[in-house]
Amino acid sequence: MMLNLHLWLIPVLPLIGAAINGLFGKRFSRQTVTAVAWGFCGAAFALAVWAVAQFVSAGANPYSEVVAHWIRAGSFQADFAFYLDRLSVVMVLVVTGVGFLIHIYAAGYMWEDGGFYRFFSYLNLFMFFMLTLVLANNYLLMFIGWEGVGLASYLLIGFWFTKDSAAAAGKKAFIVNRIGDFGFLIALFLLVKHFGTLNFEQLSAAISPMGMETAGTGLLTSIGLLLMVGACGKSAQIPLYVWLPDAMEGPTPVSALIHAATMVTAGVYMVSRSHFIFDRAPSALMAVAIIGTLTALFSATIGITQTDIKKVLAYSTVSQLGYMFMACGVGAFSAGIFHLMTHAFFKGLLFLAAGSVIHAVGGEQDMRQMGGLRTKIPWTFWTMTMATFAIAGIPPLAGFFSKDEILWQAYSSPFGSRVYWLIGVVTAFITSFYMFRLWFMTFFGKYRGKAESDHGQAHGAHGGSAHGHGGIHESPKVMLIPLVILAVLSVCGGWVGIGNRFENFLAPVFQSGPTATLESATAGQATQTAPPAEPQTQEVGNETLLTAVSVFVGLAGLFLAWILYCHRPQLPQQIAHALGGFYQAVLNKYYVDELYAAVFVKPLVDVSTNVLWHGIDQGVIDATLDNSADGAREVSDTMRHMQSGNLRSYAGWVAAGAAVVIGYMVWMGTR
Amino acid sequence: MVPLSYYLILGGILFACGVTGFLIKRNIITIFMSIELMLNGVNLSFVAFAAQWHALQGQVFVFFVMVVAAAEAAVGLAIIISVFRTRETLNVDQVNLLKL
Repeated sequence: MMLNLHLWLIPVLPLIGAAINGLFGKRFSRQTVTAVAWGFCGAAFALAVWAVAQFVSAGANPYSEVVAHWIRAGSFQADFAFYLDRLSVVMVLVVTGVGFLIHIYAAGYMWEDGGFYRFFSYLNLFMFFMLTLVLANNYLLMFIGWEGVGLASYLLIGFWFTKDSAAAAGKKAFIVNRIGDFGFLIALFLLVKHFGTLNFEQLSAAISPMGMETAGTGLLTSIGLLLMVGACGKSAQIPLYVWLPDAMEGPTPVSALIHAATMVTAGVYMVSRSHFIFDRAPSALMAVAIIGTLTALFSATIGITQTDIKKVLAYSTVSQLGYMFMACGVGAFSAGIFHLMTHAFFKGLLFLAAGSVIHAVGGEQDMRQMGGLRTKIPWTFWTMTMATFAIAGIPPLAGFFSKDEILWQAYSSPFGSRVYWLIGVVTAFITSFYMFRLWFMTFFGKYRGKAESDHGQAHGAHGGSAHGHGGIHESPKVMLIPLVILAVLSVCGGWVGIGNRFENFLAPVFQSGPTATLESATAGQATQTAPPAEPQTQEVGNETLLTAVSVFVGLAGLFLAWILYCHRPQLPQQIAHALGGFYQAVLNKYYVDELYAAVFVKPLVDVSTNVLWHGIDQGVIDATLDNSADGAREVSDTMRHMQSGNLRSYAGWVAAGAAVVIGYMVWMGTR
Repeated sequence: MVPLSYYLILGGILFACGVTGFLIKRNIITIFMSIELMLNGVNLSFVAFAAQWHALQGQVFVFFVMVVAAAEAAVGLAIIISVFRTRETLNVDQVNLLKL
């Protein structure tokens, strides 16, 4: 049976929505803008569901369709072509599904904002690029989506562009991403040079017969490392993670959609999509794992000290992305994608619920000004509770399954190591701690904010929803419904992973996975493998033990947070005081921004200012022009005096000239 | 016979006197006279050449020059009288209304 899934419509529908709202939205009423944005995004979701249903019922074999030819140069070709396999199925459902829910939420959240139509136009544009990214069948089309989501991210971070910090954060995100994109591009050049194609299927076919690059270096390792640089930029990994916390300047639905659920996971998706390269480049794989592990731990520690509710979630996102990288790095791509999916549910929910909290308290984002909101905004409280327990890895919520899978893989995979596992567990503990810290500080204790009558004024700081209303209040239904749906997903989303069902679903994609390769590589040395039965039982025992450990650390984090922020709230102050300089360093994010400013930004600005601007531009280019103009003026100034307007001086010049001519002729005549 | 060069030198001296007078004098009538002097210096060389080469063209030229000079003198003197009547001066430096 020939399938025709009309995949191209899935990204194009939001693009139409973006165009309509962007071009005509200013004249539309808010209701019309909302209808357009929801309509096209919802249609994309519906179409995606339909396509996936067709795809699965047809046996879930990879499907690709060529819409139009794009670049054909010699033997190289890149087309507008879309590709659906089990990996992109997961991505396209997450992107359209979570994206649609956040569209619904955003209509409530942004209702009072003057740029309502602009916001939805950008949001739909983002959907277009993100869907292009996940559905592309070659790296070049993927790169269009990759750059496009960067653009949409820039536009949405700087959405409140009159605020300096927002505009600066937008620029920072864009520039830092460009650094990563540079690596990505070089990787693509290498692929074109050596394989002559960027098509995933063709590349996979060309690379699969190649052996492992065990020496540690080689073509595939270089490509892998460069791709990793690109992924680090997009997915906010060390050393390029600095843009993501600043990106919280954008409206909260943007933080949820772009900077938690979808765009930042593009790096993980790209690494998974390139698994056929990484499988054969263990050094690159190790670099991914190390970077992911370090990022997970590093940003989790920063998360402990932040007081801005969105900043905590931002560092948490960086940390969770680190987990996904760790999973990819140990060759457990499906575990990484699994965590990507559950993370999209619970982190999207956390951001949306945080937005609801911010909305409730009138634009305040500082958790020290919150507290005791449990009874005042019960829906937000309960949904956020689900998400908090999910991210902390408490069974049977979604985060538990995916995180546990990653930790198990980190421990047991042939590329794994106990160090990864240990750091992962420590990070899980810290994650649980700072999430429950957020939970306790926001919802428990006494309300520490301003008197309720002040809320009308406090709303201005929130930028968007500057509507005067009295008191702490629950958000409208349009915001609560997405919260509830995502809460259900955060609870149930992990159940697809029970009994390795999710992994088995993705297995065909990663079938040339590192484990398989490794096994074929070591097939000759079969003596190493022990009899199969015994390690099997041992493995199950180990897995149960490790699961117990990760659940235990999750609960320990809860307990510690309860002691520090609920039971004895004066204690954190004393601990911070006791730690002194170290606490300050963590509070100031390890001074990484300052370090980058001193090492990269300042020399660049200095060189640009002193050498390029003052030196070359002003000193050479401008000076040449200015001096020639000045010279012309000086000469003219002298010559001008000949034109005195005095008749006799003219006559004198004529006489002198005549004398010269006569003298010349006489001289010539007498020669 | 007086050599040609004597005439030419005399003509040159007359012309130079005219030029000098034209350049240094401010009185408009003097300037006018200087112009006549220059014309006559030229006329002298014309007739000298005509006599030397036994050609009539030079003499004809001189007649033309004298006719034009007479006409010019009539117009010029009329202008000078008119200027003197309106401005009560013959100093050219003071007749500069049209100058920027």
